[in-house]
Amino acid sequence: MARADQKFGWLELRPGGLYCAPADIYIDPGRGVPNAIITHGHADHARPGHGKVLATAETLAIMGVRYPADTPETQALAYGERITIGGVHIWLAPAGHVLGSAQVALEYGGERIVVSGDYKRRPDPTAAAFEVIKCDLFITEATFALPVFRHPPAEQEVQKLLTSIAQFPEQAHVLGVYGLGKCQRMLSLVREAGFEEPIYLHGALIKLTELYQGFGFDFGDVRPVAGTDKAELATALIFAPPSAIQDKWSRRFQNPRTAVASGWMRVRARARQRGAELPLVISDHADWDELLMTCKETGAEEVWITHGREDALAHALIAAGQRAHPLCIAGREEEAA
Amino acid sequence: MQVFASLLDALAFTPSRNAKLRLIGDYLRTTPDPARGYALAALTGALSFSGAKSAVIRGLVAERVDPDLFAMSYDYVGDLAETVALIWPEHPRNAPPPTIDTVVDELSAASRAEVPRLLEAWLDVLDADGRWALLKLATGGLRVGVSARLAKVALADAFDKEAAEIEEIWHGLEPPYPTLFDWLEGNGSMPDPGAGAGFRPVMLANPLDEAAIDKLDPSTYRAEWKWDGVRVQAVSRNGEQRLYTRTGDDISGSFPDVVAGFDFNGVIDGELLVRGEGKPGIDGLVPVAAFSALQKRLGRKRPSVKLQQASPGMIRAYDMLFDGDEDVRGGTFDERRARLEAWGTTAPDVFDISPLVPFASWAELIEIRAGARADGIEGLMLKLGAAPYTAGRPQGPWFKWKRAPLTLDLVVMYAQRGHGRRSSYFSDYTFGAWTGDDTLVPVGKAYSGFTDKELAALDKWVRANTTDRFGPVRQVAPGLVFEVAFDAAQRSTRHKSGVALRFPRIKRIRWDKPIEEADRLETVLALADG
Ligand SMILES: [Zn+2]
Repeated sequence: MARADQKFGWLELRPGGLYCAPADIYIDPGRGVPNAIITHGHADHARPGHGKVLATAETLAIMGVRYPADTPETQALAYGERITIGGVHIWLAPAGHVLGSAQVALEYGGERIVVSGDYKRRPDPTAAAFEVIKCDLFITEATFALPVFRHPPAEQEVQKLLTSIAQFPEQAHVLGVYGLGKCQRMLSLVREAGFEEPIYLHGALIKLTELYQGFGFDFGDVRPVAGTDKAELATALIFAPPSAIQDKWSRRFQNPRTAVASGWMRVRARARQRGAELPLVISDHADWDELLMTCKETGAEEVWITHGREDALAHALIAAGQRAHPLCIAGREEEAA
Repeated sequence: MQVFASLLDALAFTPSRNAKLRLIGDYLRTTPDPARGYALAALTGALSFSGAKSAVIRGLVAERVDPDLFAMSYDYVGDLAETVALIWPEHPRNAPPPTIDTVVDELSAASRAEVPRLLEAWLDVLDADGRWALLKLATGGLRVGVSARLAKVALADAFDKEAAEIEEIWHGLEPPYPTLFDWLEGNGSMPDPGAGAGFRPVMLANPLDEAAIDKLDPSTYRAEWKWDGVRVQAVSRNGEQRLYTRTGDDISGSFPDVVAGFDFNGVIDGELLVRGEGKPGIDGLVPVAAFSALQKRLGRKRPSVKLQQASPGMIRAYDMLFDGDEDVRGGTFDERRARLEAWGTTAPDVFDISPLVPFASWAELIEIRAGARADGIEGLMLKLGAAPYTAGRPQGPWFKWKRAPLTLDLVVMYAQRGHGRRSSYFSDYTFGAWTGDDTLVPVGKAYSGFTDKELAALDKWVRANTTDRFGPVRQVAPGLVFEVAFDAAQRSTRHKSGVALRFPRIKRIRWDKPIEEADRLETVLALADG
């Protein structure tokens, strides 16, 4: 157990996740807890089974779609709206990751801690732009924390897809996208690039896309794959979860060109593993340069690193003169002590 | 360079041959000279630079990147050129990226000591894809799944020419091929292939439709044995000797023993074989070793003297393209045959002449074919006596008539997912025969031959009968029999069963057949020995 009088001792890693003792609340806990702050709706951050959930209205709505049977007490918090629990001042700030995604800012005993959740720094028409918050301790994600991950401009990657559609007009193009965030961002980007044909959605993508539409996003002519004539699909642009591309589901299309939009597509071996003929390097996470830039811009004296390649980022931050710890190791040490 | 990089990138991820042809063709049609010429040279493997070794590239990146971060990244990515391309620090670029022609010109002209600074300057102004393409180009291993042949076919398709026309003139051309593109775009005449030892495109046969054989007049056709070797072209002109595969790959280096014997002047079409031992083969010809001996030699770029002596190469000639300096391709098969036989009386020892197989009627030939199971024979060739030597695969003059396949009933043992369109199905199967102690031993592996409906049914069966998994491979419980057709069985020390099947393919799924009634290993071995 951490001691509360230790620096940042009021935020600790427990088996359930990051825990703020004075407020008796977890952030993105991995199991059901009485009180939780949820940064965003992805399943590895938002789990069902909590007593009370604090999140943005968008995240609460996403959780409602994902876990219709789960009915915790909820409290919606707008970006920048402050509340105080057990003497801890808490507010949420945009993380730029997906619709409703937030960083959690916590102030207590003269210290300010920011938990980033997942974030990116690139513009995204479907997510409010990341806001830098000055803090003493910054807890950052590290999904793409290797210097080989430098995302190219998303517009350039979308153009690859449109070029292929023009070059292979007689083939269907099946684009693998995650259901929350990537799907809707890609819909927006493809429309912004001037593609006006209907876009067909795999069943697993429909509910969340409708939710975005409910929040006012316009994706043009979007139709379900189910119930659509085979001939109509034969030359269409179709969005599906990445797993469906190598699955039985894709058999319904004659000879499709398969694309996948993900930051992992930067590495060829990973792209091949996914069966992508058209890997589009488009990510909803910060790339290497952005991780370093963000850690610096927060002015934090200390950075804890979680969710990814902690070793590489810690190495680089330390080399740049910041204190940095991989969070999993810090957690283990505290448990041992 | 960026456009070329996009092309390489697209090719590397596109498995379909047709899609590759289109990607290359579109590039060659729309890219200006001389960039497209150098790109074509790169794709056909016609470029090589000596100063850009991987040690140079490691040295460059070490000057720019923290060694620990590089090590972690290289460990993750697994490929040096790719790691360097991705990790190279980016700054606002103050110069435009180089064109591929600049890269090729300057790399060719640079001394070994100058190469690192050249590469460094280009790496600073290219994006990640461009850097990857640059490093692949400079170090000489594109590895994007494009053969020289495929690139030439794409070029021909893009400009509505025959691939054979490109092959005919290819060996006289130098990058960036200005005369070639002038001709392709109608701004010049066809380049002259000259008198060198270049490859000449070969004439290919179509499979014979047995049901329609009666429509052909037997007196107008000549029959030859179809040899189970590798089709080659032996060229010896103006003091230069070369051995090519039928797609124009130069394999002289793999067969120094054969090329050393090219003491003649002309171009000969024939079958590359390995001399066997023992009694003479069919028609009193030199005995031929099993195909596996040839395969072993094909795999060696620099064969040892020992291997050359143990498996000596030879060529069984069946056609002539140049008799001395005279191009005889316009003559009829009969005329060329007469020249070939005359030449054969004084031909070097590495050659012998493939004899004609006399026959009076199709019925007689059918009988000859049925009896032909000697070593090294795959079946028969039929060639129209009056036909000239026409590059490509013209309909009508040449037929290949493989002997009837052998079949066995074998038990399915392993299933594996296919590639491309079939990647969601189990389409590759390993099957086995029963041994003396009633266990199964694998004797072959095949894919193909299934309808989508059959694939779906097999898929279901495999899922229900999986007993173990190793990566993409599933082991299944014995329970299903395939009727497997193949061309021959051969003794093999490399296989646990002691036997290998040539060209196995699945003829039928025998849902009805009890596995106990599948064939036994001794039956398979008897086929190899008979
Ligand atoms: Zn996320």
